[in-house]
Amino acid sequence: MTDAVSVAGLVKTFGSTRALDGLDLVVRTGEVHGFLGPNGAGKSTMIRVLLGMMRADAGTARLLGGDPWADATALHRRLAYVPGDVTLWPNLSGGEVIDLLGRMRGGLDKRRRADLLDRFDLDPRKKGRAYSKGNRQKVALVAALASDVELLLLDEPTSGLDPLMEEVFRDTIREEQRRGDRTVLLSSHILAEVEALCDRLTIIRDGRAVESGTLADLRHLTRTSIQAELAGPPDGLADLPGVHDLRTENGQVRFDVDTAALDTALRHLTAVGVRGLVSRPPTLEELFLRHYHRNGPATENDAQVSR
Amino acid sequence: MNELTGTGRLVRLILRRDRFLMPLWVLSLGLIPISYVASINELFPTAAGRQGYATASANNAGFVALYGPLNGSGLGELVAWRAGFIPVMIGLFSILTVIRHTRTEEEAGRRELLGATVAGRHAGLAAALVATFVACLVLGTVLALGMIGQGLPAAGSWAFGVEFAATGWMFAAVAAVAAQLTSGAGGARGIAIITLGAAYVLRVVGDINGLTDGPLSGLTWLSPIGWAQRISPYADERWWITAPAVGFTAVFALVAVALSARRDVGAGILPPRLGPAWGATWLRSPLALAWRLHRGLLAGWIAGFAVLGVVLGYLAAGVGDLVRDNQQMRDILARLGGAAGLIDDYLAGMMGLFGLIAAGYAIQATLRLRGEETSGHAEPVLGTAVGRFRWAGGHLVFSLLGPAAALAAAGIAMGLTHGLNTGDVGHELPRILAGAMVQLPAVWILAAITIALSGLLPRLAAVSWGALAICLLFGMVGTALQFDQRVLDLSPFTHLPRIPGGRFSAVPLLWLSAIAVSLAAAGLAGLRRRDLPIT
Repeated sequence: MTDAVSVAGLVKTFGSTRALDGLDLVVRTGEVHGFLGPNGAGKSTMIRVLLGMMRADAGTARLLGGDPWADATALHRRLAYVPGDVTLWPNLSGGEVIDLLGRMRGGLDKRRRADLLDRFDLDPRKKGRAYSKGNRQKVALVAALASDVELLLLDEPTSGLDPLMEEVFRDTIREEQRRGDRTVLLSSHILAEVEALCDRLTIIRDGRAVESGTLADLRHLTRTSIQAELAGPPDGLADLPGVHDLRTENGQVRFDVDTAALDTALRHLTAVGVRGLVSRPPTLEELFLRHYHRNGPATENDAQVSR
Repeated sequence: MNELTGTGRLVRLILRRDRFLMPLWVLSLGLIPISYVASINELFPTAAGRQGYATASANNAGFVALYGPLNGSGLGELVAWRAGFIPVMIGLFSILTVIRHTRTEEEAGRRELLGATVAGRHAGLAAALVATFVACLVLGTVLALGMIGQGLPAAGSWAFGVEFAATGWMFAAVAAVAAQLTSGAGGARGIAIITLGAAYVLRVVGDINGLTDGPLSGLTWLSPIGWAQRISPYADERWWITAPAVGFTAVFALVAVALSARRDVGAGILPPRLGPAWGATWLRSPLALAWRLHRGLLAGWIAGFAVLGVVLGYLAAGVGDLVRDNQQMRDILARLGGAAGLIDDYLAGMMGLFGLIAAGYAIQATLRLRGEETSGHAEPVLGTAVGRFRWAGGHLVFSLLGPAAALAAAGIAMGLTHGLNTGDVGHELPRILAGAMVQLPAVWILAAITIALSGLLPRLAAVSWGALAICLLFGMVGTALQFDQRVLDLSPFTHLPRIPGGRFSAVPLLWLSAIAVSLAAAGLAGLRRRDLPIT
């Protein structure tokens, strides 16, 4: 099976700004792929290139086995898109927009439409200008999710949704996941959402992918936080390779350790005598933050992580 | 007064945002009458000549309809009279400016952003009004100083300036009220412009009726445009009319404030209506979407053109009566275009006017394409199985055929009215309708310029209004200012046959259409190749 999306070395410049700077991205068919990055990292530009709205300056992009620019119209029958900033025509009702977009895509499932309206608690009779940001987002989501398509391109789909609706959104995506034949590319900067939903994820910064893989893969590349209560002083622990930020307070030691050095570090601790131990895998936040401190420690990792 | 806190800063924001647009309006509307001084001096260098022209014009229903009543034969009176349509443009400027900085801001959610800062509840409304009032005042001052510079009496020149400024103020206040009524800027703009149109029609009916001391002549006094003209610059100025004009402005401004205080931010006084829960079965293509988005505009233009066609058609017969009675007038009017074909000349001239206005509609409808792009509406549509040509095509159907429908409405309305007046509909209707339809190739050129800019230089798409402004300038004052023919030839309207009356020739129409097609094709090619959206 071919990948739903495969992008290599994509470059897109706007004047002197390099919005995409050699981006690589692979989304496998049937997976929910998280596309993570801060504002301005190039997420929306990437999605617009995939939609054939923008033409890349260099690199290759394939979407559902076709060329996103040349085959745009044909490909769009097989995908649905939710823009990051949904604006609706002020004088069209939500229901009209849902039906119009669905039909222009090639039809939508009426039962599913009704079900989604119900679950998202959306009144389709309101005019576009009367909807709040969250409700405009829901209109676009219902229009996309009610279509029977292979690929969903969702650009920060939950911005503006309340926590309750975010949960509804997650449930809906999980159902898609269980069906197994739908691919979802979910751009987001909400880490919990990506953590909860995505099979694999790609983190981008400044138009370049800095990490890509399953959450477990990514965790592997980073450090585990250890907090231990020891029987004696942790002599020599600081000198072990892969141990960082060692602090000692009231007989408690805290440090971060590279995954590769975890075993050695734990042996060292048990040799001293362990009375209590808390080990915490790195959160997505930590992964994320490490890459976003522009001048921070992220740079040293940039080289090793592309995969 | 903390409800007005921050007004000063908001006024500066408006001036910053409108730093090109506002001076353009103010200077062009303030300076156009000054060009009339030269043009009237040129055509009628002697007092006797002016006297004849004035006598003829003062009784000419068509002229009175367009410009209002004429109060004397002095240069100043003639210039002020000739500028009689400009107050309508000033009213339009005021309406667009006030709505743009009140309801449009609110609908876009920007008022909320500013309202949360240290800005009083009424600061936004007050700032929009203050900025527009000041702009109108500057416009009036520019006009007065310009007229004084041309050697006209100071008192009359200032009265002329006050006439213009007061009209602007009154419609700014009308727009402020309209902005409180609907939650959409389009609806508010429509209400205010309909009010402006009604004021104009009241003045036209009142003034025409006044020619024969008819019973409806009082209607003029119901129209703010009529009032302001009764200030009568250069002819025993009635300064007292300034007081009711300012009073009218104050009352409407206070009503706007009162309404604004009674409603929530974002809401209108008129309740928003619910729409259908399902899209109608025909709502399934870009063309259907375009119909939804354009139909209101289209209906408005067709109705406006039909009404104007009836009014101008009704007046056509009067143009001839005038000449039949008076040998001297016949000679004078002969200089304005030939006594024999006087009515035809009037009809053809009005058709030229319709053509220029229809070009405005063509540009407005074509710019919807850009509007859809920059507002983000185009993105979800292009994300479906709709190619760029189909998306653009839906809108272009309306920007090309919409003006055709409006011109046809004007031609039919004018032809029927004039035909019923002369008792020969079968003769008048086809040739007047033909006169309306020959405008189309020139109108399409303006639409095609807009398409070309939208495709190739999207950020400059609105420059197409400048192209129309040049055509308007050439059409209205080009001959009077003695522009070189090669310069005048730049306007597509220069090349149109003058129908009815003139000789019909298909050659220029075909050329113009071919140029329009090439420009549109270039624009569409650009649209297909470029990134979308470019904001």
